Amino acid sequence: MADGTIGLWTVPLAVFGGAIRVSTPFLFVSLGECITERSGRINLGLEGTLVMGAMSAYGISYLTGSPWLGVLAAGVTGSLLGALHAGICSLPRVNDIAVGIALMLFGTGLAFYLGKPLIEPTAARLPAIDFGWWSDIAQVRAALRINVLFLIGIALAPVLYWAFRTTRWGLLIRTAGESSDAARAMGYSVLAIRLRATMVGGFLAGIGGSFLSLFYPGSWNEGLSSGQGVTAVALVIFARWDPMLCMWASLAFGGAAALGPALQSVGVTSGYHLFNAAPYILTLAIMIITCSPKRTLTGAPAELSITR
Amino acid sequence: MDFSRISRRHLLQGSAALTLGTAFGARSAAAADTTIGFIYVGSRDDYGYNQAHAQGAAALKKMPGLKVVEEEKVPETDAVEKTIESMINLDGASLLFPTSFGYYNPHMIKMANKFPKLHFEHCGGLWSDKDPKNAGSYFGYIDEAQYISGIVAGYSTKSGKLGFVAAKPIPQVLRNINAFTLGAKLANPKATTQVIFTGDWSMPVKEAEATNSLIDQGVDVLTCHVDGPKTMVENAARRGAMVCGYHVNQSPLAPKAYLTGAEWNWEALYPKFVKMIAAGEAIPNFYRGGLKEEIVKCSPYGEAVSAEARKHADDIKAKLTAGTYTIFKGPIMDNKGKAVITAGTDRGQKDPELEKMDYLVEGVIGATS
Repeated sequence: MADGTIGLWTVPLAVFGGAIRVSTPFLFVSLGECITERSGRINLGLEGTLVMGAMSAYGISYLTGSPWLGVLAAGVTGSLLGALHAGICSLPRVNDIAVGIALMLFGTGLAFYLGKPLIEPTAARLPAIDFGWWSDIAQVRAALRINVLFLIGIALAPVLYWAFRTTRWGLLIRTAGESSDAARAMGYSVLAIRLRATMVGGFLAGIGGSFLSLFYPGSWNEGLSSGQGVTAVALVIFARWDPMLCMWASLAFGGAAALGPALQSVGVTSGYHLFNAAPYILTLAIMIITCSPKRTLTGAPAELSITR
Repeated sequence: MDFSRISRRHLLQGSAALTLGTAFGARSAAAADTTIGFIYVGSRDDYGYNQAHAQGAAALKKMPGLKVVEEEKVPETDAVEKTIESMINLDGASLLFPTSFGYYNPHMIKMANKFPKLHFEHCGGLWSDKDPKNAGSYFGYIDEAQYISGIVAGYSTKSGKLGFVAAKPIPQVLRNINAFTLGAKLANPKATTQVIFTGDWSMPVKEAEATNSLIDQGVDVLTCHVDGPKTMVENAARRGAMVCGYHVNQSPLAPKAYLTGAEWNWEALYPKFVKMIAAGEAIPNFYRGGLKEEIVKCSPYGEAVSAEARKHADDIKAKLTAGTYTIFKGPIMDNKGKAVITAGTDRGQKDPELEKMDYLVEGVIGATS
């Protein structure tokens, strides 16, 4: 330790640091999608929302010099895309999955088009809070430089869990998701509930994107998301539509993403493709273990369907 | 896509272009008003591979009588054939630069056979006698510039640990890693290079994670071979490590941390090609070169580079430019202890054995598989 190296401890530390650094976009997108899907609609377009959020956050932060305005802009962009999805899905006989795929392509394409002039400039980044002041190991201090968005995301998960169970709004969203007839019988517009749920979902996904471009990796480029939005949507199913499980799953995916590079850095060099695939192997394994042909997925909102 | 309609339209346009071409004569057209097409696999301002080519294209735009058409983000599929055809038929391009590795075979070869009067110049391909004569491949021995980066890195590291964020273990990448390491050992015989492969050319999150892991291991100077070095440069600089760039000059991204870098010099090569065509000279179908031929160059030294490092690096750079220096000079051992170049064997710049490189030299921590 005297020479500043920590040997094999790099691996657990990198997985821990990776869970904090890489998980935030997963966290925001999956929590947002959790709200949308609980209301009975799937928005697959969140990959596009994530990329649009990343681009608009970077652009606004660059133009105004304030990264927080960038985060807000990302959220607003995300909710507009959410409104677009919900608006199209409100029309009769429209399939929400097909609309989602269209919006995924639309969002990424538009972001690449508008983001062209943003690749070169450097925008103001979000600040990090130093939680590692107590340690004199540089690596620990670096891993504990935490962005406040991560903390907001972690706090949001139990709040959502509580809100779904005990608040009026939570009940309405669940009713719309479990039985649209019941919601209608209570005198509520199912479409209006889903519109709001999709907009909130888009807002959160947009903020997840702002983390990518304004904190980590911390600049705008076209390969930035590389499918994280799609992974996060799948993660919601993996987490059984439970916000707390979404949080743990996001942390696991973040940590798993750090595993490949960390193992190579300590000299475990064989099979790095396998380690890079760790998050997906994990998903498959859990899906296989928990699936049963005898029942539907536990926790799945009844209104979610691919046949509508 | 309605294929029959497309091909009929292209046939009409193609024959029109051919008529024009024969009327004015291909060569005189090249001198007076030539259109040159550039095709990039990614975004042309990626601070990396594509931007280097776009800088070369920009140098051509400044020359009189030349028109440059560009298309970005063209995948390495049939799409590139369509782009080439439309550049020829709609824009009248007579010289084409499909710049990505995967464009070469079969796509560019097919187009070169179809338009035998036009010139095709490909970056990175291996032209052989079987390929059409109006096609060519050019590439630079950028490992020479990586060697210089290695020398500077070897002097600048305090821990003796260098880091290399690499995409895939293919010969070109391995050659850069090895040259960088051999250069570093010239300055500091105990220096090691830790390499991390991310698995693909553009993986920003993985590249950032690799950078952080390397720095956690005590690495204090990093370089890379990925399409967009921006992520590595910015994240390393944020952690207080120093960097050597790649593809283009990234010093504006991290002015304090930037030591030097291995850059392409397409802005020197492309005007040279155009002048050769205008003068009626044939461009060699297999065109290669390094520092001497001005195909690659080194970024200007950053302020953190010591006088001793500058002197040593400048000295080797002068020898490489004069063509009197061999980087891969035996004996060289790989990092498993096997002699890969025996004592007394000099593998010069153009040695085809080096283009098949599948090992990492002694001093590199990492494995090719």
